[in-house]
Amino acid sequence: MTERRLWSWLAVVLGGLYFLLPLVGMFDFSLRMQRDGYGFEAYRVVLADPQFQQTFGYSVALALVTIVLGILIVVPTAYFVRLRFPSLRPIVEFLTLLPLVIPPIVIVFGYIRIYNTSSVLPLTGSWWGTNLLILFGYATLSLPYMYRSVDTGLRTIDVGSLTEAAQSLGAGWARILAVVVLPNVFVSVLSGAFLTFAIVIGEYVFAALLNVGSFGPYMVWMGGNRAYEPSALAVVAFAITWACMGLIQLVTRFSKFSTVRR
Amino acid sequence: MAFLDIQHLEKSFGPTRVVKDFNLNIEKGEFVSFLGPSGCGKTTVLRMVAGFETPTSGAIRIDGRGVTGLPANRRNIGMVFQGYALFPNLTVEENIGFGLKVAGEGKAAIARRVSEMLELIGLSDLGGRYPFQLSGGQQQRVALARALAPRPQVLLLDEPLSALDAKVRISLREEIRRIQRDLGITAVFVTHDQEEALSISDRIVVMHQGVADQVGTPFEIYNRPATRFVAQFVGTLNLLDADVMDAAAGKVRLGGVPVVLNRTLSGRSGERISLAMRPETVALGRGEGDDVVLSGRIAEVHFLGSVIRIRVAVDGGLLALDTFNQPDRPPPSVGASVEISLPHRDLLVLAA
Repeated sequence: MTERRLWSWLAVVLGGLYFLLPLVGMFDFSLRMQRDGYGFEAYRVVLADPQFQQTFGYSVALALVTIVLGILIVVPTAYFVRLRFPSLRPIVEFLTLLPLVIPPIVIVFGYIRIYNTSSVLPLTGSWWGTNLLILFGYATLSLPYMYRSVDTGLRTIDVGSLTEAAQSLGAGWARILAVVVLPNVFVSVLSGAFLTFAIVIGEYVFAALLNVGSFGPYMVWMGGNRAYEPSALAVVAFAITWACMGLIQLVTRFSKFSTVRR
Repeated sequence: MAFLDIQHLEKSFGPTRVVKDFNLNIEKGEFVSFLGPSGCGKTTVLRMVAGFETPTSGAIRIDGRGVTGLPANRRNIGMVFQGYALFPNLTVEENIGFGLKVAGEGKAAIARRVSEMLELIGLSDLGGRYPFQLSGGQQQRVALARALAPRPQVLLLDEPLSALDAKVRISLREEIRRIQRDLGITAVFVTHDQEEALSISDRIVVMHQGVADQVGTPFEIYNRPATRFVAQFVGTLNLLDADVMDAAAGKVRLGGVPVVLNRTLSGRSGERISLAMRPETVALGRGEGDDVVLSGRIAEVHFLGSVIRIRVAVDGGLLALDTFNQPDRPPPSVGASVEISLPHRDLLVLAA
């Protein structure tokens, strides 16, 4: 092994340790709930907790609806910006980046101020209204990831020619979007979708301030009141995120028509 | 009334007029090429016929039906693009069947038509492949089949051969022409390649700066160019200066030799005009029936295989001529003094 290679390996090992050690420590701790040795007791307790099931189920459902809403907003927008208004691209890109710049707490206070029970549109006053508000809020939070990945996907296809080809064959806008555009940016949409999923599952500020029983506040509550279970919960959350990333890789690799083009 | 009728078509992008008063009648089953350099407006006209651009003014009718205001997806037009534009996520069969599916045809009818189209383009065994698994030529064949499958009234081809290599280009253009003839479909073909246009068209529209300079058969366009641009753009042309001696009699002085043209001239005596001639009309030595004889010196000899192109310096400029290669007669050497000749009827007087 040459000296240069040795240094490279050392850097990789150090970097790996930096990321892995806390995880290993956390995992190790989560297994020590029983005094007589390692075991998955903390996981059993967490998974059997009805509150976990309820909050996690709620967050998953909310994440899925957010993804659908995000796709419905972002795909047509990114498509028409590329097709018809290319000069608007920098502006739209800037707008979609705003949720990264403006803290969620500012957004949610804005929501509460505008949609409180004494306002013209008292969304916070009802269960449906609050859910709608948090859904729109999450769709906004997911914009930077969703828009960028879809826009990158659109860059790999000749949007103009494909649209014109479909039009000359009689297709209308809905069919062009559903049959021509969406399948061709599917992998990008998916990667945006998984990121959205990860954000919504762990989001705390919106949920706590709108008083919604989702997974984020549950994790915080658990962290403040239990010892071993929060670690188990964190490991579960990590596993979900990694599973999402693995799925992106899997779909990208096995997408049958995209292997050569990309 | 013509099948495809284009009347007073105009298109401006901002202050730039890209197409100016474009008029054209195309009969059913005719193959018409728009020929011209890039930026001449040929693709814009095609895109207006397809419905991808809205004319600033003018009218387009297909089979008597006004389509000027119709969106592209309701015009019943087939389009083949330069970059193929096949849907990457669909197989060859699904690509070809796309238009039929949009039209709401049944599965059995679609499958029948798709296999018919695959047979027409000779790719019956590649129906299950994706576009990226095909060569450029195969992709363009599929694009052609896809455009033809829904039985469009007019087929538009926007430089469909430009992205292909020379050999495939020639074989595919012959195939396009064969298929067009077999189906009897009206076709408009946009190209900047004069050889392509000359070889496959019933008629050619030569476009220049947004105007149709000349509309005619390939034979007319090549042999009787209406404008200086057409003459220079289509084929190779020799231009020589001549002095008008007697305008009414069509008499000029060319390379010191008086020549009587078979037409009267508009210029005054002593005025300088340009005469044009094709390289193949000029003979080395005194050709039979050639009444215009000039003398000069061989300046360049280019051996092109079956043809030898020779440039002769004459009084008034350089003049190119083509002779066939003859194995027992080597080409003349550079610097040699020669006589060249041509019949006066092959001298073209070009309008400005």
